[in-house]
Amino acid sequence: MQITATVNGSEVVRDVEPRVLLVHYLREVLGLTGTHWGCDTSNCGTCVVLLDGQPVKSCTVLAAMVDGHEVRTVEGLADGATLDPVQQGFMEEHGLQCGFCTPGMMLTARALLDKNPHPDEGEIREAISGQICRCTGYATIVRSIQWAAAHPATAAVDGTAETVGAQA
Amino acid sequence: MQIPAPFDYVRAASVGDALALLERHGPESRVVAGGHSLLPMMKLRLARPEWLIDINGLAELDFVTEEIDRLSIGALTRHTTLLESALVGRLFPIVHDAERVIADPVVRNRGTIGGSLCQADPAEDLSTVCDVLRASVVIVGPGGEREVDMADFHRGPYESACEQSEMVTEIRLPIVARSGSAYEKVERRVGDWAVAASGASVTLAEDGTVADACIGLTALGMEGVATAAAQSLIGRQPTEEAFVEAGRLAAEASHPTDDQRGPVDYKRHLADELTRRVLRLATQRAGQSARTGSGS
Ligand SMILES: Cc1cc2nc3c(=O)[nH]c(=O)nc-3n(C[C@H](O)[C@H](O)[C@H](O)COP(=O)(O)OP(=O)(O)OC[C@H]3O[C@@H](n4cnc5c(N)ncnc54)[C@H](O)[C@@H]3O)c2cc1C
Repeated sequence: MQITATVNGSEVVRDVEPRVLLVHYLREVLGLTGTHWGCDTSNCGTCVVLLDGQPVKSCTVLAAMVDGHEVRTVEGLADGATLDPVQQGFMEEHGLQCGFCTPGMMLTARALLDKNPHPDEGEIREAISGQICRCTGYATIVRSIQWAAAHPATAAVDGTAETVGAQA
Repeated sequence: MQIPAPFDYVRAASVGDALALLERHGPESRVVAGGHSLLPMMKLRLARPEWLIDINGLAELDFVTEEIDRLSIGALTRHTTLLESALVGRLFPIVHDAERVIADPVVRNRGTIGGSLCQADPAEDLSTVCDVLRASVVIVGPGGEREVDMADFHRGPYESACEQSEMVTEIRLPIVARSGSAYEKVERRVGDWAVAASGASVTLAEDGTVADACIGLTALGMEGVATAAAQSLIGRQPTEEAFVEAGRLAAEASHPTDDQRGPVDYKRHLADELTRRVLRLATQRAGQSARTGSGS
């Protein structure tokens, strides 16, 4: 069947079998391998992407279900050479070790901050509670998200933080 | 890699359209809502529908409305919506107690109340919640619309009164004055299904005695509610002794099985302890509701 979706801001039209899961559509059909494929059982959360702005586990959504909807993956976080504050935060605070859970963690963080720009630590921990970091690097992930909350508009073309917007 | 067996997919444009599609495609067709129970089963090939009828576009089934004597909830209302609804939390704190521990926030963005009740997993938290609130379920089908009490909606594990050619459209929670409700679950880790859970609703009479009570247990091998435990409270002052007795009776009525989540003795102990806790909290909330004149 033909599906038309907006992926990272661009409209894409593809023919897929109805049984294709969103995670495989993104990785194999669109080549967006930044979305990782993990446990296959909706538990680990490494496959989290944003569907109409909300985090979902893409191993438990059919590609067919995003027809007419907007999907944002980790590839759509940066604005050109400008990293999203969440990405910058993961650099500043060493939010990744092996990097496997990182795309899902960053997208959940983005959705959290869009809804609640000043989350407390408990709210951050709750937001990422459906995602597993196999390196158990939760403390630095939480700090990375706190960093992003404190630097809502950051230009970091060369990878260094430089606050250009209003502070939290 | 877990991939479902091949199927055909169609999006319903309205409830009427979904029913027509169910009729046209027959017994091997199923509706899919959040897909967070059905898709995992299809990936494991435990379910192999030939047609999936997607109802995610039916905004008409996504609502929470307060009426004079009840709260009406559309079948497609997501867990997250219920958890974020201040109205739901004020009228039925038990729903928020349960929603906070159903899966995780990301799963809750997809799963729906209608899907939860229709899935009828013995560990489904909202089934117990709806039982103790004495909810009713609106089912539509080729023969029209009917309203079914939770007691009749249950047909056993993974079975409900909603037939293959029918759909659940709405869940109705009666608003009862001077009432309180609570739910508590023990899980192995965050986001997991219950090892055991208990839910209760309590209505207080003017003189402070228990006018009505309902107790339900999750993942404890119960069909329906713990009637004797609830009965033991009626007409009595809601004292600790009364809760201890009700907890004991609830544990007695449970039929837990030994599995990876724990042995029988432990689960029976949880039935007892969790029932006491939810009775205490539900009674306290009923007292608040009696003072402020708000709902359950
Ligand atoms: C990792 C994980 C952890 C979970 N943990 C918990 C937990 O702790 N507690 C808990 O209670 N649940 C838990 N769940 C289940 C979750 O709440 C599901 O979302 C829910 O059980 C099903 O809702 P759904 O909308 O996804 O249903 P679907 O998967 O879409 O459907 C389930 C069944 O209901 C039928 N159906 C759906 N909607 C309707 C309707 N309107 N009318 C008629 N039939 C319908 C479908 O045909 C299917 O048979 C968990 C799920 C996952 C993936």
